[in-house]
Amino acid sequence: MTNKKKSNGKQERIDIEFWLEAYEQMVKIREFEEKVNELYLSAKMPGLSHLYNGQEAIAVGVCQTLNIDDYITSTHRGHGHCLAKGATVDRMFAELLGKVDGYCRGKGGSMHIADPDTGNLGANAIVGGSAGIATGAAFSAKQLGNGRVAVCFFGEGALAQGLFYETMNMAQLWKLPVIYVCENNMYNEYTHYSESTAGELVDRAKAFDIHTEIVDGQNVQEVYEVTKKLVKRARNGDGPSFLQADTYRYYGHHVGDINRAYYRPKKEEEDWKNNRDPLTLMENWLLELGVVDKKIFAEINKEVIKEIEAGAEFAIDSPYPDLDEVDQHVYS
Amino acid sequence: MSTVKEDIRELTFGQAINEAISEEMRRDPTVFVIGEDVAEAGTPFKVLTGLVEEFGTERVIDSPISEPGITGLGVGAAMTGMRPIIDIMFGDFITLTMDQMVNQAAKIHYMSGGKWKVPMVLRTTMGATRRSAAQHSQSLHAWFSHIPGLKVVVPSTPYDAKGLMKTAIRDDNPVAIFEDKLMYSTIKGHVPEEDYTIPFGVADIKREGSDLTIVATSSMVHVALDAAKSLEEIELSVEVIDPRTTWPLDKETMIDSAKKTSRAIVIDEGHDQYGVTAEIASTIADGAFYYLDAPVKRMGAMNVPVPFSPVLEDLTVPTIDSVVEMVKTLCGKV
Repeated sequence: MTNKKKSNGKQERIDIEFWLEAYEQMVKIREFEEKVNELYLSAKMPGLSHLYNGQEAIAVGVCQTLNIDDYITSTHRGHGHCLAKGATVDRMFAELLGKVDGYCRGKGGSMHIADPDTGNLGANAIVGGSAGIATGAAFSAKQLGNGRVAVCFFGEGALAQGLFYETMNMAQLWKLPVIYVCENNMYNEYTHYSESTAGELVDRAKAFDIHTEIVDGQNVQEVYEVTKKLVKRARNGDGPSFLQADTYRYYGHHVGDINRAYYRPKKEEEDWKNNRDPLTLMENWLLELGVVDKKIFAEINKEVIKEIEAGAEFAIDSPYPDLDEVDQHVYS
Repeated sequence: MSTVKEDIRELTFGQAINEAISEEMRRDPTVFVIGEDVAEAGTPFKVLTGLVEEFGTERVIDSPISEPGITGLGVGAAMTGMRPIIDIMFGDFITLTMDQMVNQAAKIHYMSGGKWKVPMVLRTTMGATRRSAAQHSQSLHAWFSHIPGLKVVVPSTPYDAKGLMKTAIRDDNPVAIFEDKLMYSTIKGHVPEEDYTIPFGVADIKREGSDLTIVATSSMVHVALDAAKSLEEIELSVEVIDPRTTWPLDKETMIDSAKKTSRAIVIDEGHDQYGVTAEIASTIADGAFYYLDAPVKRMGAMNVPVPFSPVLEDLTVPTIDSVVEMVKTLCGKV
């Protein structure tokens, strides 16, 4: 912990190690996704992936408030959540390539990464499909009294699914320790959310008298500070909450969604990348505080890229599952 | 002998289910029941009467009318240390749970490479002729039987209901149990007081016979048994096989029986089109092909929505008379 003077002269206590770790996590997600795109473009990865670039501050800001045994559920755009909750890049890549060393032995793929060791109940390829699972995990935590919380990540498009209203209702009725994190990247696949959403996003949760917050999803510090309060509430038995984090997805709906001009202007993409990039904002914040030297960012980037390259190589070298695995794990 | 009294103890189908759930809730504190009107009301069929008094509202939970929500909550709870019993009041309402059962519960173990488990029970009803019309009378167990990762139970007797329910609750996979709602109070039978389980995928020969095999499920077992009894009069000996679970399916017992009798009829209250009868008939036709003297016949619910008017509704399901006629036809006794 170091005390530093902000430019306005106000004293601010800041844990540099903690924030540099958060920065590293964000870089890791960014570089992981860049590598995924490269693997896709070079035809080394089967299927498609939905990239998280641009949204890194949310996964990292939220997961930095959680313990390893707290639960998360994720989405089709889930690599960032899995990494932020503690997954390693090598086994992530292996899963994306359908290899046996992947988190799910290659049986899940990009949209289904799950890992009990890091409390990851699974990414989900049904939009909104995990609202019940996250709420159920919170139900268990309350019944078993183990003090855990569950975080349900989803995009704004998922709020069009009825399941959310059923589960938010029960979560509030029974004061379950669940945090619904709505990543509003403004696009339901190829449709601007204003075309699909009547009223305000947070009002949906307010209807159940659920505590709501709206944060700048590009600002990791803000995401972290607000989520910390929500986690505390949940652990104290004060029930569920709903966090809307406004953000932007740099790539298309998936890696194959290249020509996007028909549904969103190029200028909008550039504006977010140039002016609201979560990594740049974080670098500027730390520099402004005067707590780090600029070259630390380059060093972290270099280390992360090394890890990413090694992880991808590990995955490429990893074998495919044995063919007799096809009918294993249907039943436990 | 005091055991004699115990041995002849009879319970209704509903009481046997209640006893199984109560005993499992006593044995394992992670078991809980959630559903619409399961607590003080004990379900509209009164099957769960007394549970909330013994286990409290924290373990016998009246839910909102949210079938997908409670099923999804059950999946998450099952993954994280609980053993939920999701009560879906009418089998017709399982259509609302499909995403949670089919895309989530059934696939999580496989998709996670065997790492997460979903030890959950969904109990619901089936069966027509209760004058409940098209949205409260269907037998939709074939829907779940189609999905790898789910197990499907269709008990026909109080004895089987208790043992199979206990197995379901202790199973580490998602299990759906379809209970014929007309049997809750009308079917009585011997149920031991002691703890016992019945393995899934093991058919029960409900009646031995030599001329023809009937494979029947749920309430159709009783229709088959009554038909078999009346066929004794014309000296036809009918064997009745109850698979007890539509998945896993005990193929061997039904194939062996058909090989012995060389004729087979499959009776199930789901619709014939793409139904349980199709799967089982195909299994027998394939496995006993060289032994069969007649095509395997299927008797399911008519391929119509269940009509309300009693005179119409009664036409839609197999009856003792229609089964007797089918047996006679297959055996050349018309």
